[in-house]
Amino acid sequence: MGSGSGLACDLTLNSSLTPELRARYQDAATVRRILGDAKTIAIIGLSTNPQKASQFVATYLKYHGYRIIPVHPKAATILGETVYPSLAAIPEPVDVVCAFRPPAACPGIAEEAAAIGAKALWLQLGIASAEAGEIAEAAGLDVVMDRCLKMEHGRYSGTMHWVGMNTGLLTAKRARSWV
Amino acid sequence: MASPPDDQRPFGFETRMLHAGHIPDAATGARAVPIYQTTSYVFNDADEAAQLFELKQYGNIYTRINNPTTAVLEERLASLENATGAVATASGMAAQFITMMTLLQPGDHIVASAHLYGGTYTQFTHTFQKLGVTTTFVEPDDPEAWAAAVTPTTRVFYGETIGNPKGSVFDIAAVAEVAHAHGCPLVIDNTFATPYLCRPIDHGADIVVHSATKFLGGHGTSIAGAIVEAGTFDYSQIPSIADPSPAYHGLRFYDTFGHHGFLLKARAETLRDTGSSLSPFNAFLLIQGIETLSVRMDRHVANAKALATFLDAHPQVAWANYAGLPSSPYHDLMQRYVPKGPGAVFTFGLHARNGTDVREDGKAFIEALTLFSHLANVGDARSLVIHPASTTHQQLSHDELIACGVRPEMIRLSVGLETTDDLLWDLDQALRAISR
Repeated sequence: MGSGSGLACDLTLNSSLTPELRARYQDAATVRRILGDAKTIAIIGLSTNPQKASQFVATYLKYHGYRIIPVHPKAATILGETVYPSLAAIPEPVDVVCAFRPPAACPGIAEEAAAIGAKALWLQLGIASAEAGEIAEAAGLDVVMDRCLKMEHGRYSGTMHWVGMNTGLLTAKRARSWV
Repeated sequence: MASPPDDQRPFGFETRMLHAGHIPDAATGARAVPIYQTTSYVFNDADEAAQLFELKQYGNIYTRINNPTTAVLEERLASLENATGAVATASGMAAQFITMMTLLQPGDHIVASAHLYGGTYTQFTHTFQKLGVTTTFVEPDDPEAWAAAVTPTTRVFYGETIGNPKGSVFDIAAVAEVAHAHGCPLVIDNTFATPYLCRPIDHGADIVVHSATKFLGGHGTSIAGAIVEAGTFDYSQIPSIADPSPAYHGLRFYDTFGHHGFLLKARAETLRDTGSSLSPFNAFLLIQGIETLSVRMDRHVANAKALATFLDAHPQVAWANYAGLPSSPYHDLMQRYVPKGPGAVFTFGLHARNGTDVREDGKAFIEALTLFSHLANVGDARSLVIHPASTTHQQLSHDELIACGVRPEMIRLSVGLETTDDLLWDLDQALRAISR
């Protein structure tokens, strides 16, 4: 939707990125396009522990209608979904590759994401890799880093507001989902 | 750096006073914030219900935990304080209590400014002691005094932007540096300044608490409080936030929720368990007040400066403590932290006269006023007056009173929005009345 949609959003809070990297890898219009277009999200590093952040994110996204594909070296199923050991092993198209992995693992993940034809690479909150960003961008993928898929979906669908968080959204238009 | 795209514009303070946190609802388009006077909320389905209780979905469960009207107040305050989020509470005392009970465990220790509201002093000293938490009070102006008070169990530093009632301005950046060097968050009570005059997070504070009863509400109608958090402090060494929570199946709030961890724990555990939630109707009244905050604060400050200047020069007045006066020892800190003015609450003392008790003179002065309401509150649109030593700070011993900066002759004014000349007239006629 971008500018002209009647919504403005200041996303500068709580990021470890420099202003230049924020502009490049936390662009509001890109975040909303990824959330709006995605149907299938592969999650690398999805934990088998129900109290880890990755399970909160995956549970949230699954409830909100996204197909979740866990990527894990050992587990068979997580959250009722078949687990694959690698991105390359997934037998269906993937829109977004979401990583809960240390920055050092991210350039390799970017290469694999490009190889399977994913449309976007998403590095979760606290994870940033300029090298991974450049690899994915060179292959034509949208890239977001140091942001949480659950928080961003909650921000633009209006749910994160219910728990008193600062969404940065501001408009005098009627509410709707901006995802 | 290039300006941000139009859809990422960072809006100004006044725009956010009116709009932040409230988007007109899809069904009705109601422009004013609706009052959701409800205890509870129908779930979409059984999965959503279970996931809400597991904190895996964002949503409304029960008004003791959250409420759509209160959420507007919370997001608006978070926006105005440049914070990641907020939790509204039934009072300012509840905001402090929930903050400390979220951060601390029995055996933990607080280092706090000695220049505090009397109720805070009592809460920290007596009520927290029952919970196994102790406090050391220090002279706030000396960063070395803060460092010297730290013990192996110190978990938090605490102060007021503008100390009540002494009017001291807190050196937030200096104390934040000491707090962070010791792995502690700095909590700042920003009640007297409001985010219009000072945003403590911009100077390094981690958590801001408010008695929203005062200038935020601004009209003396509702008791309310708020906890606002920057989302930048590393809580991995604060066991109460970092360790597995027995109340949530071993959930580690900081590890799982990152910069939302402190606030989600404050809401889902401490607010839930203490029950000190804000009424949605009071949240609505607070929102109404905040819509005009900047306009009111400019006028509060202008009136306060005029009255403090008048009293400071008056022959019957021994001293006036307002950091906006050039003679104030806090004038430099005022220019750094509250450059638009150090609020509208200040104190003064009358000269002792031969053969009279200065406390009796103070009482006679209060009795002689016409426009100033004699009551225990500050931050009303109307002007207020009180004698702290016999009222708000009455529970303190003589030594505690002196440590808090409360002198026996001290009179505290909270200057309202009335016609300036009328307020000056009232002070003048009351001073003349007691000199007869």
